Amino acid sequence: MADKRMTSDEAVSQLESGMTIGIGGWASRRKPMALVRALLRSDIKDLTIVAYGGPDVGLLVEAGKVKKVIYGFVSMDTVPLDPHFRAARQRGEIETGEVDEGMLQWGLYAAAINLPFLPTRAGLGSDVMTYNPDLKLVADPYGSGLELVAMPALKLDAALVHVNRADMHGNAAVLDYDPYFDDLYCMAADKAFVSTEKILDSDEFGALDFRTMQISRQHVTGVIEAPNGAHFASCLPDYPRDEAFQKEYATAAADPEKWAEFKQTYLSGTEDDYQAAVARRSQEQK
Amino acid sequence: MSNDTATQTVTRAEYCVIACAEAFRDNGEILASAFGTIPAIGARLARETFSPDLLLTDGAANTVRGTWPVNKGPQGPVEGWTPFRRIFDLVWNGKRHVVMIPSQIDAAGNMNISVIGDFNKPKAALIGVRGGPGNTISHPTSYWVPKHGTRVFVEKVDMVSGVGYDSAEKAGKAATEFLDLRVVVTNLCVFHFVDGRMQVKSLHPGVTAEEVVEATGFPIEVPADVPTTREPTEEELRLIREVLDPKSLRDREVPSA
Repeated sequence: MADKRMTSDEAVSQLESGMTIGIGGWASRRKPMALVRALLRSDIKDLTIVAYGGPDVGLLVEAGKVKKVIYGFVSMDTVPLDPHFRAARQRGEIETGEVDEGMLQWGLYAAAINLPFLPTRAGLGSDVMTYNPDLKLVADPYGSGLELVAMPALKLDAALVHVNRADMHGNAAVLDYDPYFDDLYCMAADKAFVSTEKILDSDEFGALDFRTMQISRQHVTGVIEAPNGAHFASCLPDYPRDEAFQKEYATAAADPEKWAEFKQTYLSGTEDDYQAAVARRSQEQK
Repeated sequence: MSNDTATQTVTRAEYCVIACAEAFRDNGEILASAFGTIPAIGARLARETFSPDLLLTDGAANTVRGTWPVNKGPQGPVEGWTPFRRIFDLVWNGKRHVVMIPSQIDAAGNMNISVIGDFNKPKAALIGVRGGPGNTISHPTSYWVPKHGTRVFVEKVDMVSGVGYDSAEKAGKAATEFLDLRVVVTNLCVFHFVDGRMQVKSLHPGVTAEEVVEATGFPIEVPADVPTTREPTEEELRLIREVLDPKSLRDREVPSA
């Protein structure tokens, strides 16, 4: 069986400019931030990002990596808006595919099961139809007279997700209370990269509750061991969101001078440098 | 305590709680999803008193029994698992009543949480449409406006993120079939929809019709015989003050005049 372990930089080396990339998690919960930070270090750009968006979107937008975002929201939960995404939207720099949350799921699901679209009522009567002029309607062929939205498949070139545990072959377990839509991202993608808090051997993995095994190795290209890899998003039950750090990020993101300093402190080196700076910060706070 | 004394001591925030609780009366066995502090207190109050069949989530991914203060996590036993995928299924299934907080809302009930200004280069980019489009055309929807004013109640919303009656009409039967806008509770009054248009259902005690007309950015009729929002019972007041919100977080959302 294939050993799919790799580093986050090796995963990102398989990505290219112009790709459509789905990012798992939800707002600032269980985001594959170590993979996002690897993407920030690369020279990749012009990406289309599909996400229930959080600071992943804000960071990539700020770094000039993003051409278009397909999303239902971009939020950090306890901080309602990401300042980078907000500023870029207000400058009119970002192409948008703003859709209902359920439509986003439907698009991923259609892609995952090789359908060109899935019908839904969601979107009808709203300006989602106005600002996504490519969306088409489909009539019920069984004669109810209903006209529904044909949500097109959101086919991904790559998916990035973060889980609690995995094995070296790509089987992944989500111990978090909500698996979100991470399995759909992987199935909707040509290549899926799963970062994980910890890689377990087969016996250890097999001893987990099978109901936590959300993603099968058959949909996974690479496994990246990234402890604290969702930071500063949450990765329950391993750790909660780092609220103090998120606040620091949000404050810095809204102020160019502070942002330069934040970038220098946290985002100018490797993932190890990032984690060391985060550890230093939490030592100083104590 | 006589009724008169009770009336004098009931705060505006508490009338808002009662109005939100009333939104969940006779709702049956549905999930009550209430955004905002006062709607959350209202939903729990309704379940604790006249709507015992409601389902409530812990704000994460479980439905839970019992009741608990708004400043704390739930203590009651878990009765179900509701990760987002199941919530999405439930939204389209229809057995849910949501209370959302609009940034803008118009007379036909169109609401906006996406942008202020031009969508492609907004003056203010907000959170995004979230589940608004699907919620509104799938199951009962109410709104909570803690600060009633002309910036929220507008002639025309900048981006329809929740569907109103006129927009649904234009989109056809698939949009109108399950559209069911119930009430808009504000710090001044309660609106409901009559023939697809917002109308005052009750004024909170102490609020005049003129105040509401003034604070609403579209023409609004207040029936001459408009009732006042009902008084809480003594038991309801006890639940609100001692059980559901002992830290008075409701006063931060709607300060006493």
